[in-house]
Amino acid sequence: MRYLDQTAIEHIAIGAAFLGTGGGGDPYIGKLMALSAIEKNGPVKLYSVDEIADDDFFIPAAMMGAPSVLVEKFPRGDEFVKVFQKLAQYLGKEKIAGTYPMEAGGVNSMIPIVVAAQLGLPLIDCDGMGRAFPELQMVTFHLDGISATPMAITDEKGNIGIFETIDNKWTERIARTATVEMGASSLVSLYPTTGAQIKQSGVHHIVTLSEKIGEIIASKDQEVNDKLQNLLKLVEGYELFQGKIVDVIRETKGGFNLGKMNLEGIESYKNDQMKVHFQNENLLAEKNEQVVAMTPDLICLVDYETLLPVTTESLKYGKRVRVIGLPAHEKWRTAKGIETAGPKYFGYEYEYTPIEELVKKEVAEHV
Amino acid sequence: MYKIGIDVGGTNTDAILLDHNSQLIYSVKSPTSLDIKTGIEQSLQQLLEGANIDKTKITHAMLGTTQCTNAIVERKKLARVGVIRLGYPATASVLPYTAWPADMIDKLSGNYAIAHGGYEYDGQLLSALDQEEITKLLEEWRGQVESIAIVGVFSSIKNDQELQVREWIQEVYGEEFPISCSSLIGSVGLIERENATILNAALCKVIETTTQGFVQALQAEGIFDVAVYLCQNDGTLMSIDYAKQFPILTIACGPTNSIRGASYLSQIQNTMVLDVGGTTSDIGVLQDGFPRESSVAVEVGDIRTNFRMPDIISVGLGGGSIVRVNDDKITVGPDSVGYKISEEALVFGGSTLTTTDIAVCLGLADVGDSTLVAHIDEAFAKAVQEEISSLLEQAIDKMKTSSEDVSLVLVGGGGIIVPDKIRGVSTIVKSEYGGVANAIGASIAQISGQYEQIYIYSKEPRQESLKDAQNKAVKQAVLAGALEDTIELVEVEETPLAYHPENATRLKVKVVGKMV
Repeated sequence: MRYLDQTAIEHIAIGAAFLGTGGGGDPYIGKLMALSAIEKNGPVKLYSVDEIADDDFFIPAAMMGAPSVLVEKFPRGDEFVKVFQKLAQYLGKEKIAGTYPMEAGGVNSMIPIVVAAQLGLPLIDCDGMGRAFPELQMVTFHLDGISATPMAITDEKGNIGIFETIDNKWTERIARTATVEMGASSLVSLYPTTGAQIKQSGVHHIVTLSEKIGEIIASKDQEVNDKLQNLLKLVEGYELFQGKIVDVIRETKGGFNLGKMNLEGIESYKNDQMKVHFQNENLLAEKNEQVVAMTPDLICLVDYETLLPVTTESLKYGKRVRVIGLPAHEKWRTAKGIETAGPKYFGYEYEYTPIEELVKKEVAEHV
Repeated sequence: MYKIGIDVGGTNTDAILLDHNSQLIYSVKSPTSLDIKTGIEQSLQQLLEGANIDKTKITHAMLGTTQCTNAIVERKKLARVGVIRLGYPATASVLPYTAWPADMIDKLSGNYAIAHGGYEYDGQLLSALDQEEITKLLEEWRGQVESIAIVGVFSSIKNDQELQVREWIQEVYGEEFPISCSSLIGSVGLIERENATILNAALCKVIETTTQGFVQALQAEGIFDVAVYLCQNDGTLMSIDYAKQFPILTIACGPTNSIRGASYLSQIQNTMVLDVGGTTSDIGVLQDGFPRESSVAVEVGDIRTNFRMPDIISVGLGGGSIVRVNDDKITVGPDSVGYKISEEALVFGGSTLTTTDIAVCLGLADVGDSTLVAHIDEAFAKAVQEEISSLLEQAIDKMKTSSEDVSLVLVGGGGIIVPDKIRGVSTIVKSEYGGVANAIGASIAQISGQYEQIYIYSKEPRQESLKDAQNKAVKQAVLAGALEDTIELVEVEETPLAYHPENATRLKVKVVGKMV
């Protein structure tokens, strides 16, 4: 067990936004909410997965909705507690032993910290993705057959609901419709889990990993290239590209932010091109017309100079970035994982190939 | 008819006079005074004496000033602000002034309230205004606040609530009470827009004294019947009345004026501009004659904001930058002898090696006494120049949008230190009057108007939405002092909103026109 203070939160916010692969919302608002919550209630306890009991009960907390709405209309502050307690009550559980993030991303890495601070609960060092994804069933708990419901959903006005659905894709459909009606942003508590289930199906140490990533990126006494090398070593990743965004094409379809960006190479990547496709999150990267990384592996865009993560909302012509690819958690590389969040699910007609192999192939062709 | 342009910089106050063809007929440079006003008066006096013209034929006077920036950075002369956020029950999880520097909150008194109000992303009501709630608040704040900032959730979609609350405040505190509405200042992003609006509200006293000072300085010279304007940071002008409502828009107008002036002098509309001063160089990009806007949240005095700002990179390199050798490695800047260059640089008999000395040694410039730098080894001087070139190359590259070489317009007093060749630059354009490009930029500026709203294209087709936004922007421009029939559309930005089933798009348009 250790405590998360202000500095830890600053670092987690950066690191989780990095793992958010462009999605997961504005890290700034999430961070301000978490900092306000610990300022009022004191630092939050972080437990590692090994420190929790198998038969204790845990509930994640998250926000659902459009990042572009969240930057304008953010929560009242007590919804987290309400939705959390509503679900606990519905489940008939008297004691909830802790909470944890559903995904690593700008906002959703911070919401559980707010809940933990407000309720005096510990935060558990795990999540259900190891990254960010756009749909509710895209979590490792789903891969192991754990039900998303009963789930509770609320808004800042006080509307509150409980869903029990026939499967997790229905949870996604219904919750999304409710979220749109609630003003395109809602608070949800779902995937209620036991300690044993977390140990079995969660992505462990993700809060700590986020913090370490944030620490490297925020460090002021290192050169950018040293920072980058340390970062790649920590996450076992690859620098795929350095370039300038020369075009961003977007459209809104079915409540998602779809699009692609074209990058023109700079420095050692001069004369190369890259295309990155995104749907809230970055999903596919092609270098010179050849795929070099694909979902569920992570495609992270960072600012060229500062290495700060770049969200898909802030993509703009002229921005200089580095593209970093990381292998997804092994749970995503199973048949069910690829079926749930692989390239075909998002409409890209590619067989999933791990990033290590794609990078190896690209290097071989270059030599 | 003549126009006067004055640009108050950190080091110098430049004043110029243009004739009816916008040709420069006279210019003066004098040190910026501590109180700024004296400096303006002096430069105005020198200008009019030197130019020797019929003062009654002066029709326009333009002022570019850093006073608002300084007031924020130095936390001086700021008004006590009350913040009314319309959005309850939403948004209470992050209160106004969160993450502000404590000394700044103290100066502004830190009064705020989260009141009922605000809209949803699709324009539906979030919660209704409560007049009683606002009136009660105003009674509480009476005597404690000198200015009020109103910020509504999604006011960029619908701002009638903000305007309604403004009316209520005027009923209670009087017509003259300074009020800032966020929908007229920043874009989507409540915290950043709120911060920009609070700063705007805090500047009401500074802008009042600045504009008054300028008008009085003109009057002291016998100039009465002129249209007086202030420069905005997008390269356009605003009338005094408009400036009093939006003082924050003067922030960073200095570099913008240089960029605009450079465009005018070189007659190039799309180019990169390098403005070299004594201590720093600013690099900006001209797009269709206007500075490119920054796409990231900009911090003003350590406060995160989102009002429009020019996309400028500053490098610690100028005519007074100090040249050193450490372990055989040559460094240039970022420290500078600044305004003491005429005492400290070698060519002026001083003892500090500066970039100007290198320029003189290589025969690029003819200032001071060149025999005082004759001892400098040519190979060394060339190596220093290589370092200068590399500093500029990196900064220019950051501003490029494609890998192609760019043409560069060079302005500013320190321009002599810039080598003829920089990697990534195809041509360097210089002008005889580059030294006063900022004052020229100030005096040729046009008047702009902006409008931003979320439109539902499936209900209001794109063309109609564009037309509506353009009409509203034209109204803004006319309010700011533009001639209606000269107004042109110069910028359209569209951002689709996620989660909206009906193709909702945030549309932002900008128009500019000639001054009345």
